[in-house]
Amino acid sequence: MDILLQLIVSGIAVGGVYALIALGFVLIYKATSIINFATGEFMMIGAYFFYTFMVMAGLPPIPSFLLVMFCSALLGLFVERAILRHMLGQPTISIVMVTIGLSSILMGLAEMIWSTDFKSFPALFPRAPVIIGDIIVRSNLFWGFVVAMLAVIVFALLFKYAKVGVAMRATAGDQMAAFSMGINVRSMFTVAWSMGAIAAALGGVIIGNIGGIQPTLGSIGLKIFPVVILGGLDSIAGAVVGGFIVGLVENIAGGYLDPYVGGGVKDLAPFVVLVLILFIKPYGLFGKQDIERL
Amino acid sequence: MSEQQSDQEAILKVNNIEVVYNHVVLVLKGLSLRVPKGQIVSLLGSNGAGKSTTLKAISGLLPLEDGEITDGWIEFAGEQLRQELPNVLVRKGIFQVMEGRRIFEDLTVEENLACGAYTRRDRSGVKADLDKCFAYFPVLKTRLGRLAGYLSGGEQQMLAISRALLARPKLMMLDEPSLGLAPLLVEEIFAIIQEINQKEGTSILLVEQNAQMALSVSSYGYIMENGRVVLDGPVERLLADQDVQEFYLGLGQSGGRKSYREVKHYKRRKRWLS
Repeated sequence: MDILLQLIVSGIAVGGVYALIALGFVLIYKATSIINFATGEFMMIGAYFFYTFMVMAGLPPIPSFLLVMFCSALLGLFVERAILRHMLGQPTISIVMVTIGLSSILMGLAEMIWSTDFKSFPALFPRAPVIIGDIIVRSNLFWGFVVAMLAVIVFALLFKYAKVGVAMRATAGDQMAAFSMGINVRSMFTVAWSMGAIAAALGGVIIGNIGGIQPTLGSIGLKIFPVVILGGLDSIAGAVVGGFIVGLVENIAGGYLDPYVGGGVKDLAPFVVLVLILFIKPYGLFGKQDIERL
Repeated sequence: MSEQQSDQEAILKVNNIEVVYNHVVLVLKGLSLRVPKGQIVSLLGSNGAGKSTTLKAISGLLPLEDGEITDGWIEFAGEQLRQELPNVLVRKGIFQVMEGRRIFEDLTVEENLACGAYTRRDRSGVKADLDKCFAYFPVLKTRLGRLAGYLSGGEQQMLAISRALLARPKLMMLDEPSLGLAPLLVEEIFAIIQEINQKEGTSILLVEQNAQMALSVSSYGYIMENGRVVLDGPVERLLADQDVQEFYLGLGQSGGRKSYREVKHYKRRKRWLS
């Protein structure tokens, strides 16, 4: 029983971080209908930004964190303005290919700039594990979860109440009508990419803080596909719930089954659940009926 | 253009525009019209005549549908427009209420209204205009927190017009506000359109299939066929015109309805003449 509780708690903690990264994906998909396969690389680059500011430039954690957000926003803006704006109106498959290409480019750039060596951050949080009742949570995981949840809440509030958030949702609902209100739909796309890049980068910093960083860190980004497809590609609440489900499933399945098969269940289980759920609900748990399937 | 009209100051002048879709399809073939300041002007015509295209050419929505003004010019408030997009034109004071209402179904009524006021910075002015909207359409006040997709058709049209009011435009263009509404509701909506015109001084360009209703609130009317204006004049003259009576108001000479064959013949003749 103790083991189960332990697995559940760490599953929720990891799930919270997945939720944040998935949010980065959903923000972009909702506003622009673009499936961003480079989400994982946005995450990885964000982690390297943090490494640059904190370790290489020696800045304190909080300014580093803010600079990461700023630089990621610029990265998102640049990607949208320089690349994806020119793809408006092109077939979905071409745009998907562009984002896949972009993910390789970002990974290559990271290797060129920061080398392929494994790097880690200095301790950001007190090292002592956090103890809740009988359960022990690694401190990096616990605080990572707290930061991720705060970020998710801030993004959700922004999306719900801020003027720009309402305009983004209007754009997602009906682009022509949004334009007719005087909303600059194209700048909404830019905002969506910037916000998406920020969310992914924050997730990257948290994950990098837990397990260190490498240019291949972005492959964790693949895990957001079960998350967003479970939750529905265009649903923010879905991204959060999907994040928790994937975190729980991989931890519980990994914890119980890994000893018998010798590892790997953690990476496999979310995708098994994904396929099963899509059999029953082809549009995800929270998705709208008319959305495209991957 | 008639001489009676040209002595009034115009908020909008459309001069001989040609509109092409997808680089090949010629939809407007030299269309001219003008809207005098503070008046309601109707643009009538059958399906596919190019009424909606005309509105989109003015509001800047045209380029978003891959349409383009290839000839002629549009002047708004004394300034020649250069095919700007609506995010610029709404700030200049042109607002189009699109056909089919196009409310944001996943947003609440309140959020929809906020979208209408998107381009405005004066919070207190918006608040005052919001109160005006509730005075025109009291039902909206009771629906603020509800998702707009769940409103009835009439309420959605009220919401669409309120969004336009909140942008505080100089020229409001309405594309078929009567579409899909019950006759009583159509009368109510048109009464309010007229009230908005009188109280706010908003100039209005109205596109309608319901010619009778549209002419009853307008001061001037244009009738379009096949991408051109075939007839225009002050409403009194249009209402007295025999062709208009027969083919747009459905009043036959002998009181009976015309057969479809005769209408087709008439239209063919009109096309030959134009």
